[in-house]
Amino acid sequence: MTEETYRRPAIGQHPPNLSPDYKSTATRAPSQPAIVLPQSLSEITGPLLRGERLGANENDLTKQRLGEPLGERIVVHGRVLDEDGKPVPEALVEIWQCNAAGRYHHPGDQHDAPLDPNFYGGGRARADREGRYSFITIKPGAYPWKNHHNAWRPAHIHFSLFGPAFATRLITQMYFPGDPLLAFDPIYNSVPSAARARLQASFDMAETRPEWALAYRFDILLRGRNATPME
Amino acid sequence: MARGLTPSQTVGPFYWGTLVASYRADLAPPGVAGERLELAVSLHDAEGAAVPDGVIEIWQANAHGRYNHPDDRRNLPLDAGFEGFGRASTDPTGVARFATVRPGRVPWPKGGLQAAHVNVSVFARGLLNRLATRLYFDGDPALADDPVLTLVVPERRATLIAKRDDAGAWRLPIHLGGPRETVFFDV
Repeated sequence: MTEETYRRPAIGQHPPNLSPDYKSTATRAPSQPAIVLPQSLSEITGPLLRGERLGANENDLTKQRLGEPLGERIVVHGRVLDEDGKPVPEALVEIWQCNAAGRYHHPGDQHDAPLDPNFYGGGRARADREGRYSFITIKPGAYPWKNHHNAWRPAHIHFSLFGPAFATRLITQMYFPGDPLLAFDPIYNSVPSAARARLQASFDMAETRPEWALAYRFDILLRGRNATPME
Repeated sequence: MARGLTPSQTVGPFYWGTLVASYRADLAPPGVAGERLELAVSLHDAEGAAVPDGVIEIWQANAHGRYNHPDDRRNLPLDAGFEGFGRASTDPTGVARFATVRPGRVPWPKGGLQAAHVNVSVFARGLLNRLATRLYFDGDPALADDPVLTLVVPERRATLIAKRDDAGAWRLPIHLGGPRETVFFDV
């Protein structure tokens, strides 16, 4: 068999589509297994979005409105790498999150918590050649959701990455280390236990900015290439 | 540092500010070569209800069959104005619309050409992983021996084939489950 360009994830890396504790998977998870598709040009290419022009404050979510948002200012940074630790250069990183009170700037979010006119919660960054990216934002709050009685989402930031190919597309969520709500969250716990902690950022004292902001580090590892790509 | 792949999580319902604010549903501005198409991709849950909070992304070759990507090294023309990527959220009726061009055919690793197709990613609340599928075009004579369609049992192939509606748009219903469940691919 011809070796493929991108290695396929081993069992246990990603959540199963059907995860009964996360109620809305019941009517949305496909019941049939995905058909394994040999990787052609359609799968090993993908949007790189290198021509996308990013505005000056897209990676500083505290400077996108007229004033400063309320909440705890934080730095969130890390690297976009493949499984072998090689950087994914110039990757576009997209994030979104709720405000410090636990409310999204979104018409569908009806949580009884204040909106912050100075915080919209969306950001984009372009990683450098070493895959390094950085955001300045506000620590998101926890918020209730209706999945089950007294259900609360742990604080999280949504991340969207393309990587080098259609095959490497990933949307995920970053959590904060040691959050007591993690133990109760069906979305976080949908990930097999051995891989779950990869979704927690680490507190990064070295990058903390004195008198200004704590820092968290979140490295994102996308699928790696086989040693000899199929031509 | 080798911590393993970062696991997938759901896009959730509140992606709007980032993913929609920077979306592009029109892939083919004036000047791009090829037959103009409107795609209307609808998303339905296992009970047939419209999914109004999904995100559909498409990735396709240009009209010459060339992907705008460094790993497509074939000597075919690139279109300056055509990247081949589109993203749109589904509307209250579950439909995401794109304006694009008909993609050219691209090769298959074992030889021959694939039928013209658009690669599709589906994200939504309740989906913990990206679902990958394809959109083919009804009436294309190349469908008969497309190497991907032949991987699919005949009775499910129609889930991948868009049909033209009376207004000229190519409609592809994507069913996440139920009797008409769409074929999804492990890419």
